[in-house]
Amino acid sequence: MKQVIKGNFAVAQGVRLCRVGVISAYPITPQTTIVEELSEICARGELDAKFIKVESEHSAMAAMVGSSTAGVRSFTATSSQGLLLMHEVLHWAAGARLPIVLSNVNRAVGPGWNIWADQTDSVSQRDTGWVQIYCESNQEVLDSVIMSYKLAEKILLPVMLTYDAFFLSHTSEIVDIPDIEDVDEFLPPYRPEFRLDVDNPRTFGGMIGPDCYYEERYVMHKDSLKVLEHYSDVCSEFHDKFGREYDIAEEYRTDDAELIIVTAGTITSVTRIVVDKLREQGKSVGMMKLRMFRPVPVERWLKVLGTVPKVVVVDRNISAGLGGVFANEVQAVLYNSETRPVIYPVVVGLGGRDVTPDDVEGIINYALENDKPKDVPLFWGLKQ
Amino acid sequence: MEEIRFHGRGGQGAVIGSEVLAHAFFIENKYVQAFPAFGVERRGAPVTAFCRIDEKQINLRNQIYEPDHVVVLDPTLLETIGVTQGLKKNGAVVINSKREPAYYRDLLGDDYRLYVVDAASVAVEHRLGSPSNPIVNTAIVGAFSKATGLVKIESVEQAIEEYVPIKKENNKKAAHAAYERMVEG
Repeated sequence: MKQVIKGNFAVAQGVRLCRVGVISAYPITPQTTIVEELSEICARGELDAKFIKVESEHSAMAAMVGSSTAGVRSFTATSSQGLLLMHEVLHWAAGARLPIVLSNVNRAVGPGWNIWADQTDSVSQRDTGWVQIYCESNQEVLDSVIMSYKLAEKILLPVMLTYDAFFLSHTSEIVDIPDIEDVDEFLPPYRPEFRLDVDNPRTFGGMIGPDCYYEERYVMHKDSLKVLEHYSDVCSEFHDKFGREYDIAEEYRTDDAELIIVTAGTITSVTRIVVDKLREQGKSVGMMKLRMFRPVPVERWLKVLGTVPKVVVVDRNISAGLGGVFANEVQAVLYNSETRPVIYPVVVGLGGRDVTPDDVEGIINYALENDKPKDVPLFWGLKQ
Repeated sequence: MEEIRFHGRGGQGAVIGSEVLAHAFFIENKYVQAFPAFGVERRGAPVTAFCRIDEKQINLRNQIYEPDHVVVLDPTLLETIGVTQGLKKNGAVVINSKREPAYYRDLLGDDYRLYVVDAASVAVEHRLGSPSNPIVNTAIVGAFSKATGLVKIESVEQAIEEYVPIKKENNKKAAHAAYERMVEG
């Protein structure tokens, strides 16, 4: 059924449809309305979940570790400082191979205190072992909750799905909410092989020494890479069932492109408009949407970007002392491509600064007009 | 695409108003998008909200800088912030005010279409908010329907029925009353 809902409500609907068994979260703007809506959904009896109130995000993620280890489908949501407070337990959840799903509403990290869109919170969790997915619409947000559980429970790794503060979290748009019967068919109940069970005691997270920790991490890495192949199965199964498709790295009008711009989050939507406009002007430009960021779809990025003369990477995040994180990772992947593209790293829209079609057009034209990047990275729209 | 900008003060319901309007267009099978100017909202402080409608998927995500129409929930804003900033020529300005339209014609000049409705009185009559703090959002959306003809009043009423959580009947009647009482300036 189609409804006009906000991104945060889309997440809550996804959680309901997945029949999540345990929810624990601590409110933080702009995530708060996810928690509010979920507590109402539970109170109305539309979801038979245990809602655990906690005093911090660290405890919320710790509760997830407990409930997921006990074999229950588990969900939490957060933003910014809240995600950072979870950091220690994020590593634990991934290392313990727990298929938790977390939705992170991308918000800038303080100080200065800022509640607006910025991806620095989630990109700074890239080494925790979590799968990371970036969304550009409320429909994609809802569908990604369902796909994330399917993926997480297949490969036994947690999934963080992220989307921009306010540009999606507080924006109402049309979302087709699937029937729960169809979701039941797509996503069977979670039945882990090993779980906390008083009748069948086991040890979880025990000490392992230098003789096997290394191999354990190797296995985790290899399994993380398997997410890439499992994702394409999940994606095609989702498409067959619900008619919508979310490519791991969608190509938009990349045929014969001389320049491809790489974007993540809602800047992607705006870039579609600009690519259409520039194509009409006869400029050979296309876009690659960065949807999955961990594991990195290396082969796919190489295939899409490896032979293009120019690649622009747009980052709404910053690693101080280096620049945008996506640009850095794209550069690393493309270093071994046969015809190494010229890469134009651009940092834009930090702390929720609006990014308009004029901005994106200006960025693309800057790359078209210059044989080499003038600044690495280019800070677009910086006030002097 | 039509782009509509709402100006109000925290507590008047500008954000919900933009969502009700989007819902009404959705009922008429349009693609819609509604969102607030992302700020830290405080009661009484200026609030801006946006609504986009189109025949196809809306990919624009930024704020609205050149609206086709403007809805003003608090008349004092006309004299304190630039509510017509970027407004396209011949765009509609729908104002909640007890004053005569001629007053606003003098204030805003001849570039826009001008519509005035005493949405505050309508709201109070329908027990929406209090006399000192009336909730005028549903009333002024009703007036917007009449002013622009872009969306049917029946769709606005249905949107209120489906979307507004409380006082559905009062809100529907307020929207209808404002639709009837709005005057062109």
